Amino acid sequence: MLKFIKHHMETIAGIEIYPVISFIIFFVFFIALTVYVFKADKKLFNDISNIPLDSNDTDHEIDNKN
Amino acid sequence: MSENNQKVGLETFHYDNTTVRNFLIATTIFGIVGMSVGLLVACQFVWPEANFGLQYTTFGRVRPLHTNAVIFAFVGNGIFAGVYYSLQRLCKTRMYSDLLSKIHFWGWQLIILAAAITLPLGMTSGKEYAELEWPIDIAIALIWVVFGLNMFMTIIKRRERHLYVAIWFYIATFVTVAMLHIVNSFALPIDFMKSYSWYAGVQDALVQWWYGHNAVAFFLTTPYLGLMYYFIPKASGRPIYSYRLSIIHFWALIFIYIWAGPHHLLYNSLPDWAQSLGVVFSVMLIAPSWGGMLNGLLTLRGAWDKVREDAILKFMVVAITCYGMATFEGPMLSLKNVNAIGHFTDWIVGHVHIGGLGWNGFLTFAMLYYLIPKLYGTKLHSQKLANVHFWIGTMGILFYAIPLYWAGFTQSLMWKQFNPDGTLVYSNFLETVTQILPMYALRAFGGLLYLSGVFVMVYNLIKTARAGTFQPTTEAQAAPLMKDYKPEKSEHWHRRIFEWKPMRMLVWSLILVAIGGVIEIVPTFLIQSNVPTISTVKPYTALELNGRDIYVREGCYTCHSQMIRPFRSEVMRYDPVDLEYSKAGEFVYDHPFQWGSKRTGPDLHRIGKKYPDSWHFYHMLDPTSMSPGSIMPPYPWLFEQEWDKARTPAKIRAMQTLGVPYPEGYDAQAVVDAENQAALISKGLELEGIKMSSDAEIIALIAYLQRLGTDIKNVEGVAEGN
Repeated sequence: MLKFIKHHMETIAGIEIYPVISFIIFFVFFIALTVYVFKADKKLFNDISNIPLDSNDTDHEIDNKN
Repeated sequence: MSENNQKVGLETFHYDNTTVRNFLIATTIFGIVGMSVGLLVACQFVWPEANFGLQYTTFGRVRPLHTNAVIFAFVGNGIFAGVYYSLQRLCKTRMYSDLLSKIHFWGWQLIILAAAITLPLGMTSGKEYAELEWPIDIAIALIWVVFGLNMFMTIIKRRERHLYVAIWFYIATFVTVAMLHIVNSFALPIDFMKSYSWYAGVQDALVQWWYGHNAVAFFLTTPYLGLMYYFIPKASGRPIYSYRLSIIHFWALIFIYIWAGPHHLLYNSLPDWAQSLGVVFSVMLIAPSWGGMLNGLLTLRGAWDKVREDAILKFMVVAITCYGMATFEGPMLSLKNVNAIGHFTDWIVGHVHIGGLGWNGFLTFAMLYYLIPKLYGTKLHSQKLANVHFWIGTMGILFYAIPLYWAGFTQSLMWKQFNPDGTLVYSNFLETVTQILPMYALRAFGGLLYLSGVFVMVYNLIKTARAGTFQPTTEAQAAPLMKDYKPEKSEHWHRRIFEWKPMRMLVWSLILVAIGGVIEIVPTFLIQSNVPTISTVKPYTALELNGRDIYVREGCYTCHSQMIRPFRSEVMRYDPVDLEYSKAGEFVYDHPFQWGSKRTGPDLHRIGKKYPDSWHFYHMLDPTSMSPGSIMPPYPWLFEQEWDKARTPAKIRAMQTLGVPYPEGYDAQAVVDAENQAALISKGLELEGIKMSSDAEIIALIAYLQRLGTDIKNVEGVAEGN
């Protein structure tokens, strides 16, 4: 099986560029991500981060008992 | 969401608590089992006779039982309990299928049972943290898929459009563990409970530590971070400090973690580029890890008064602090100069237990204290006892870790201490072991404290459960999601692409981690020059191969490395004549590799021909007869059991399939050759006054030990090879 992979990898022309491409993809992704989280709507993030605290079930009654 | 509420009525549904409770019980029981076995092996360092004279309870077989029980049974069941509880509530829906939940629960427990039976019997693949044999590996893969299916279908039928960050961590856990487990477990079975790793030597090591490191990342870390992001807000009653930070935390962590595996192999026979890659990414890991830790701790800002009273929060604070310590220490240990000191010593054992006892253990306890009262509709029986548990447990961690740090430094410095004339001060390895025995005793005491705390918890939780009634379901209400909901154009890409789309999240997480893995592993297969071949290195003889299987079965790698690093202190100690460190090309026929990760005893890579056969004979029968003060247990069963003639042809054929160049049709010849070699060894022993049947396992083991690391010195072989 490994020979199979090896053969295929060797026959790809210009495979050296792959790591560079993947680096650029990740770099751009992380920059975009950072820009996104700082530009994003604060209210929405507040809403999402409150999801665990949504008391839509009967569990919170026990909380009150405590 | 409010926009839905206006258009669609609320639906009433019931969360499944039974599966959650079952996993909680399982994590408690297997926590006790795993920690008790851990205490047993800790005691064996000080009192080797604590193996009860049985092969089934000897260190090399029981240590894998401890690690597997704690990682996959204690933490594994803890993950599932937490995921089944939080996922339902975060998605506002019951788990997709009660049947899948049941199959998942019982399937996982059966796997644990199979592990508990096979590991003491010596059925092992010989790869650290992945010791289970191939049928169990397949079962793990199947049950893991059941878990994944149940999780994804639940996410798909959710009533909450946004996927809270905890769910992202669960998704990443699922895909990555599946990938790691499958790639690392590739093996060629020779019968029901015996297989050889598909990879050999350097490649096997690289795959194994890519797996081993990321098992820590994606089994012990990411799911627990998910639990942290859910249970800390729950227990403290306030949302996570920064949701922004959690998004960056997630992507950075899963991206960087996957690359860091080679830091387990620094100064080993691994290509330099792979080592450097591991170091760079390990150092980068501090950023997301500490980002996550701070996010957890800062959630409690303004709530520290609660922490003083609430045992649950106390457990959480120590858990997160331990996570921070371990993730600072990890990158530090990945620096080559620090690694040169820490690797192979007890420092590493201390380090992983800060993570295991502190991070995983304490977060699991916090979860148990939080959930059991809820599931039984009552209050915790005693806050006081929970506080007692907290303090005993914390003291346990300190008593466990500090002596091991001390022991690790002491031993490492002793290994490297030279006299002015250039000879080793402590040339006898054993001196460096007896020196740290008091530390081993203290460590066992720390373990005992920690385990006692768990018993206090069990009592407290049983009392709690008895005081209440178990509630198999919890009623909840929420509006369904609108089917034809179209995101506004103004909605951000990250949300449209990831936060609402679980399947895409899965695919992208997989791509992210797969790229790291591929770039790390494929070049080793691709470029021949990464593993320079050595012409004198020949395949093991049939008898040596059998001896090697015994070495693997007994778990010798749990205490002995086969990897002499290129340091003067190591070549002087382990190969004083030729001063040869271990070369990558020497391991090309090692399926699996046996480099080991800890030296409780000396390295064995150049043990071949160092001592006469009779030395090994007496040493295996009673280690203290040859090395007074040794803490290695005796192996009397090797003198009674016979080496494996019946399966020898199959073993040779398997090796041929894996690319080991035995001559065509050698399998028919193998047993005869092995018998001849065994007869020679037996005759040699007889000359030294030892009568031993040539069929005994000890003969095969001696053959293997005497071959170790000798090929490179075989000058005649060089001539042949040329």
